[in-house]
Amino acid sequence: MTGVTTREMTYAAATNEAVHLEMARDEDVVLFGQSVAGSPDDPFLKAFGADRVRVTPISETAEIGMAAGAALAGKRPVVDCTMAEFLLVSMDQVVNEANRFHYMSGGRVTAPLVLKAGYGFTAGWAGQHTGSIYGMFMGVPGLKVALPSTPADAKGLMASAIRDDNPVLFLHHYLLLLEQGPVPEGEHLVPFGSADVKRPGSDVTVVATGWTVHRALAAAERLAADGVDVEVIDPRTIAPLDTATILTSVEKTGRLVLVDQATRHSSVATVIAGEVAEHGFSALRAPIVQVTALDASIAYAKPMEDYVLPDEDKIVAAVRGVA
Amino acid sequence: MKPAEMFRHMTRIREFEERVKRTFTDHPGVIRGHTHLADGAEASIVGSVATMRPGDQLVSTYRCHGYPIALGSDTSALMAEIYGRATGICGGYGGSMHLADPERGFLGTSGIVGQNIPQGTGAAYAAQLRGRGDVVLTFFGDGASKQGAFHESLNIAAVWKLPVVFVMENNSYSAGVRTDLEDANAAAGEPLATKARAYSIPGVTVDGGDPLLVHETVGAAVERARAGEGPTLVESRVYRLSAHGNSIAPPGVPLHYPEHEAVTKYGDVEEYEAAKRGDPVPRFRARLVESGALTADEADRIAGEARTEMQAAVDFALASPHPEPAAALSHVYA
Repeated sequence: MTGVTTREMTYAAATNEAVHLEMARDEDVVLFGQSVAGSPDDPFLKAFGADRVRVTPISETAEIGMAAGAALAGKRPVVDCTMAEFLLVSMDQVVNEANRFHYMSGGRVTAPLVLKAGYGFTAGWAGQHTGSIYGMFMGVPGLKVALPSTPADAKGLMASAIRDDNPVLFLHHYLLLLEQGPVPEGEHLVPFGSADVKRPGSDVTVVATGWTVHRALAAAERLAADGVDVEVIDPRTIAPLDTATILTSVEKTGRLVLVDQATRHSSVATVIAGEVAEHGFSALRAPIVQVTALDASIAYAKPMEDYVLPDEDKIVAAVRGVA
Repeated sequence: MKPAEMFRHMTRIREFEERVKRTFTDHPGVIRGHTHLADGAEASIVGSVATMRPGDQLVSTYRCHGYPIALGSDTSALMAEIYGRATGICGGYGGSMHLADPERGFLGTSGIVGQNIPQGTGAAYAAQLRGRGDVVLTFFGDGASKQGAFHESLNIAAVWKLPVVFVMENNSYSAGVRTDLEDANAAAGEPLATKARAYSIPGVTVDGGDPLLVHETVGAAVERARAGEGPTLVESRVYRLSAHGNSIAPPGVPLHYPEHEAVTKYGDVEEYEAAKRGDPVPRFRARLVESGALTADEADRIAGEARTEMQAAVDFALASPHPEPAAALSHVYA
């Protein structure tokens, strides 16, 4: 990021900064949800007023449906949906309404909106608030899905999400909210469908998303000490998915380990494995290995929670198995 | 809008729907999937839409042919959409259930029962933010009032005092089931507008077969919304003169319009015959002719013009090209 002034800030603050900047830039951007405008001192409320920043009842279908309607009528709503699982209450509005409006109208209408929600809160939240459920949204035509892993990406992807003319699911990772990192000042846009090579390497390609990017980077450091040079790629958006960057890396390394916090058959890993098996088979010198969550709900007790999740040791073992 | 003009639009909608229905026999296979006709609801549609001024908007359900006709959309493009042609108002991407004409204020539909209600509510939030007194009409059926989306939307619209009028076209059938079998108000012999009381907003019931009454009732609700006083639930009592939709069948089985559920499901021929005797289109014509607002010759001329217009719509649609297959990949993203 040479030439760009950056500051250390948290992932959560970086996300909020993007929303704030976009609301200042475009008066059509509005923010609502069950947990916004929590106090009279709320910075969004103070800056943009009670018309554009509104708390909603606990009515996910109305919130997301209203975002779709307001978007048709020219607004760019950002809905703070709190937790990804709450989207499930309103599944029709998430996957079967706004995302199809542009298409079904033959391009006559657009529905630009952002659904912001947290996922992967594996910190004792037990079965119903811990899922990494993005897999069920990534094959939905017309819906874009962003999974930032760093504060800078969180800011840049949120800004791009708000400017996008399509519905975007912006999923932030609960375990990353307080993670610090350098974040560019002012306007910062991260394009959708553009994977980021978080660590270049030549021996094995590791693709990871969200919180697992950091587990993969830590694993890569350990493996470097053993002389295994790992390339870590973060797709950043899983719809659209930048398969080209992954295939280019596999052409170089011939080895692919996919890390994903989702259960295997609902994971990004499985989708990437299919793409690489079809389009990169001749470059592969070892089987593709997937390090995903095990096929269980997340238990409350920590030993069981830890057991089903991908971690540094599992990634190291998987890379050693193919390197 | 003058009563004679209302009659003209009612007649156009009826003729359009008759031609859609006739297509199943005149041109088998041309219409695919599912269509839902608005015959019987013309007075309610026209009386409601006539309250709109530029800047106002509407959303509707999949039973959506009537609204754009009343708004002045090109009926040839509407018919071509139902025929799946490239010249359709949505290029053949939407079909009968998904018409839209945003330039005229018709933002679109949801094909899923009740799900357009929060969307209309959200459009009303946008209207409130614009601050120009614009209003959104949100149309749905009695069945939709059993959806959570309905209740969530009325609640939030009331709290936010949104400029929206919820127009429930109560045709006494929730898809194929009689409303008193599944609606608590109907079962108790109360109007469905009673539901408004739960949200502390006005709820009124109107004879949806009388376009002037509908205009007056919806118009009062629209004025209330424009004045910033919030939403109203209008229950417009209509009788759907066709079945819920055409037959549902796998490819190879010719589609058709079955008889109304009153006959096929409940064996109540008299209910249906009574509804036909009360048909709002001839009823309004007789009233206008009787009052001298329209001569019989003028009414005949309006009907003749509607026939000519819809014949041209059918001809245009039949002669129009099908979309290029690869166009299926356009418009996935904006």
